[in-house]
Amino acid sequence: MSDHTVKSYDRDLEALGRRIAEMGGVAEKMLAEAMDALSTFDVDLAHRVVSSDPRLDALQREIEENAILTIARRQPLAVDLRECIAAIRISGDIERVGDLAKNIAKRTLKIVSEARVPRAIVGLKSMHEIAAMQLKDALDAYALRDTERARAVWLNDSDLDALEDSVFRDLLTFMMEDPRNISFCTHLLFCSKNLERIGDHTTNISETVVYLVTGEAMPTERPKTRAPDFGVKDEAAQ
Amino acid sequence: MNAAAQIAQVKAPLTKVSMRNLDFFYGESRSLKDVTMPLYANKVTSFIGPSGCGKSTLLRVLNRMYDLYPGQRAEGEVLLDGENILDPAIDINALRSRIGMVFQKPTPFPMSIYENIAFGIRLYEKLPRADMDARVEGALRGAALWDEVKDKLHTSGLGLSGGQQQRLCIARSVAVQPEIILFDEPCSALDPISTAKVEELIDELASRYTIAIVTHNMQQAVRVSDYTAFMYLGELVEFGETDDVFNKPQAKRTLDYITGRFG
Repeated sequence: MSDHTVKSYDRDLEALGRRIAEMGGVAEKMLAEAMDALSTFDVDLAHRVVSSDPRLDALQREIEENAILTIARRQPLAVDLRECIAAIRISGDIERVGDLAKNIAKRTLKIVSEARVPRAIVGLKSMHEIAAMQLKDALDAYALRDTERARAVWLNDSDLDALEDSVFRDLLTFMMEDPRNISFCTHLLFCSKNLERIGDHTTNISETVVYLVTGEAMPTERPKTRAPDFGVKDEAAQ
Repeated sequence: MNAAAQIAQVKAPLTKVSMRNLDFFYGESRSLKDVTMPLYANKVTSFIGPSGCGKSTLLRVLNRMYDLYPGQRAEGEVLLDGENILDPAIDINALRSRIGMVFQKPTPFPMSIYENIAFGIRLYEKLPRADMDARVEGALRGAALWDEVKDKLHTSGLGLSGGQQQRLCIARSVAVQPEIILFDEPCSALDPISTAKVEELIDELASRYTIAIVTHNMQQAVRVSDYTAFMYLGELVEFGETDDVFNKPQAKRTLDYITGRFG
């Protein structure tokens, strides 16, 4: 993104990219720590995750403001305009990833006192592995402007959806085994939903990367989940 | 004809002017190189490119302005409704009544506002007084200037502000009822408000005329034009719909130019 006749223009755009990378780092760390806190019932760590969120919010606001200033100042066109729009969109998605990680940490704080079936968390860990890998790939795709990697992330989101289905079944089983598990497992159910939503934001990021590089939007049809649904009709598909 | 071909035909605008393999020479130096492109009827086509790339030269070819200078010549074809206007036998005065031009700096004649407009009409037509009045008013209304000057039609055109003078020149072009209007950086000497008025005017004029505009202001090209031609060193590098040229240009040189990366 270099080579503008006006050097400070290059610096404006590069600064946007660096801030996104920084946000990505913070969000990745929050997600990893939130899942660590959940699997080890580590209250301190969960608190740390919650307290990192304001940093992410501040970064997002800074990126938005700088992107808007750059648009006002430089009237960017073509790929430069898409740089600014992509920065706004991606920072929004990363901020949401942070919120969802924070929510996992908050739920951890609620369930530590009644930690019941630790094996219920195993499925969530698998979801986290995929979500974290996807997030890393999406952020790398942004940093490297790599559309192939971005497309791969976009296609792999269905793995996460499929896993969410199986976690749902497991948690149902635990709840049916012993009603005292219900509160605990319900929190875990929300955590799995959060991980699935993180996957969606990751998919958004990869769509934005493709748009940024090519100027073309990805198809509106998102990768379909491979597992059968729970009898709930997908209205968007009708 | 199949459906797809029919749709393509409906979508394709009518070609008003067709330049084919157009070359232009200032003496020995070749300043347009094999330019082939259309101007579509009732569309605005903008020409962008760095100074000296041939944009203004191209406009000068379209109304044969270069005829005024010895040693300048054009080769190739410029078909206006199918008729080659480079043909030496063509009636230049008739041609120029069909193709109006507005320049970078406003160029009102040193006469009254009314006469600035009536003067051009008289070159081509003899009109009774009442008809002439109506034509002058129509032209001034067409250039969105009427309300500002209707009470001082017989004062000098030079007393108007820069933006008003430029609109007076547009009114003068419109008055002779041309088919095409060429704008050569019409707003480069105007303040933002006057620029907005001229742009609004171009927008309105496009429903009745075919318009070509040379501009150094990329944002202006994006705002006012339907089609954009990017020229560099006398060559046409890229021609396409404005939205495509400014969002997804095909040529690297176009991208570098519109994003301010020109080396």
